[in-house]
Amino acid sequence: MLAGIRTQDLRKIFTSAPPLGAGRRKTKSEPAREIVALDGLSLDVRAGEIFGLLGPNGAGKSTTVGILTTRVRPTNGQAWIGDFDVWAQQVEVKRLIGVVAQRPNLDFSLTAREILLFHGAYFGIDSRTRSARANELLHRFKLSDRANQMVRGFSGGMMQRLSIARAMMHDPQVLFLDEPSAGLDPQTRLLLWEIIREYNQSGKTILLTTHNMEEADALCQRLAIIDHGRNIALGTPAELKASVPGGFLLRLRFATHSPELLERLKTLTGVTEVRAQNDGVDVYADRGGSLVSEIANITAAASVELSDVHISEPSLENLFLHHTGRSLRE
Amino acid sequence: MNWKTFLALLARDAHVARRSFVQLLLQTFLQPMLFVFIFGRVMVSSGYMRPEYKSLLLPGIMAISMIFTGVWAVAMPLIAEFQFTHEIEDRLLAPIENHWLAIEKVCFGAAQAVVSGLAVIPAAWLLLRPGVDLNLHSPVMFAGVTLLVALLSASGGLALGCSVGQTQIGLMFSMVLTPMIFFGCVYYPWSALASFPILQKVVLVNPLVYASEGLRGALVPQFPHLPVIVVFLGLVIFDALLLIVGLRQFHRKAVT
Repeated sequence: MLAGIRTQDLRKIFTSAPPLGAGRRKTKSEPAREIVALDGLSLDVRAGEIFGLLGPNGAGKSTTVGILTTRVRPTNGQAWIGDFDVWAQQVEVKRLIGVVAQRPNLDFSLTAREILLFHGAYFGIDSRTRSARANELLHRFKLSDRANQMVRGFSGGMMQRLSIARAMMHDPQVLFLDEPSAGLDPQTRLLLWEIIREYNQSGKTILLTTHNMEEADALCQRLAIIDHGRNIALGTPAELKASVPGGFLLRLRFATHSPELLERLKTLTGVTEVRAQNDGVDVYADRGGSLVSEIANITAAASVELSDVHISEPSLENLFLHHTGRSLRE
Repeated sequence: MNWKTFLALLARDAHVARRSFVQLLLQTFLQPMLFVFIFGRVMVSSGYMRPEYKSLLLPGIMAISMIFTGVWAVAMPLIAEFQFTHEIEDRLLAPIENHWLAIEKVCFGAAQAVVSGLAVIPAAWLLLRPGVDLNLHSPVMFAGVTLLVALLSASGGLALGCSVGQTQIGLMFSMVLTPMIFFGCVYYPWSALASFPILQKVVLVNPLVYASEGLRGALVPQFPHLPVIVVFLGLVIFDALLLIVGLRQFHRKAVT
């Protein structure tokens, strides 16, 4: 059965817990501090696609994954995996999903192979199939030689690989990967990408979160860019990149700038948009390096001293910056 | 309810317990056996305690071993797994309602408590003999009390394990378990508190009192003990209360 993912107007408000011992003294007039993690997020992930949630830390990516995997209760809104309502039909949903959490959560009391075997047993897989599948996954994730060791001594990368293997153990229709390649070396990251693509080719739906542009670009068929718990852009990586005016971004830094300077910059050929920032100007254009000399001429004519010029090629980073005014890494 | 998943969860806990068998053994037996040796053997042989104390002490030791084993078996993994290692997350994603995972923990903790309770009797008997006068007059009552005490310990472990923060583990022992033990009629019968009438009433909120007195009534009925009906009532009420609180706290931990 193919299963997609759908959310409708998801909201999640966390009420921050008061510090230890401060609970009693709190008066009724002092309201609990509320953090809006999701603010009306609607998504529609098609069955069989690799879908990416891209956004900075605190954008609401992990909360979205938490809600879709039954671990976080939404304040409002609904979510479905296939035809099942995530909150109302948890057991049916849990059968369909595999989850790789952002922080390692391997069973430290077990060996690598036992982790896979017991995970299979929780899903009612018979012991022969379980054993064959565990061996296959250990081999695929290059963990065979450590299969019978306790995972306590594993490196971060090995734990991450084992977490992913475990999530695939019961062959789930929908795989959630929360920041799957964080902390992986480049070689392992490529192996992981290959495995994810392969898994997707067998008809499985994959939702991954990342703040890594390159990963989103390389792996995802469609992306949602989220910020402050809202969906700010949606499309294929190519569509999203094309939606940035011009594509190239030149970030100019100088001490002072005047409206006249901005006007002059706008008249340059190829420039599609000019935005004033605190310490300079962001110029969106359809070309990059060839603009620099013309910009230098204009600033020199206006007696403004350029302190820095940074050129970015068309990228999701530019897109994020364009939509939010902030860099993904900020 | 999905039996396959439930049994797999039990199998996992059994597997882990088997792996740390020696540690469990020491944890369960060392303290009660030291106590039995000092109070039942040293103090009695030297004449500071009367010989009958050996028989009076044994049911109390059984109660305390069971309570400790059950609380420890359920609470400590839950504190670690919810707060440090998050390793419980994989089982929370198993295809079964979350509360069955909590119930599985209680079943497993209760089973461990029964084993430790039953094993303490011969061990203590060996250490104390001769002069231990056990009188198992009603096996059914003994079985009933033992099961209720096991459930009490495991449900208590669930409630504590899901309520205590990782920084409060020491506090849990010094503020909850230690007073419970000293005011739990483990080392003396409840009737011995007659000369402290207020204290005698207050200790009735301590579930361990019903455990010790119940086992005393089942194993050494020749000593004064609370009536059977009071024991059963007390144990059933505390079992239900701790299980309800425990399940509620578990749910709050499992879902944010």
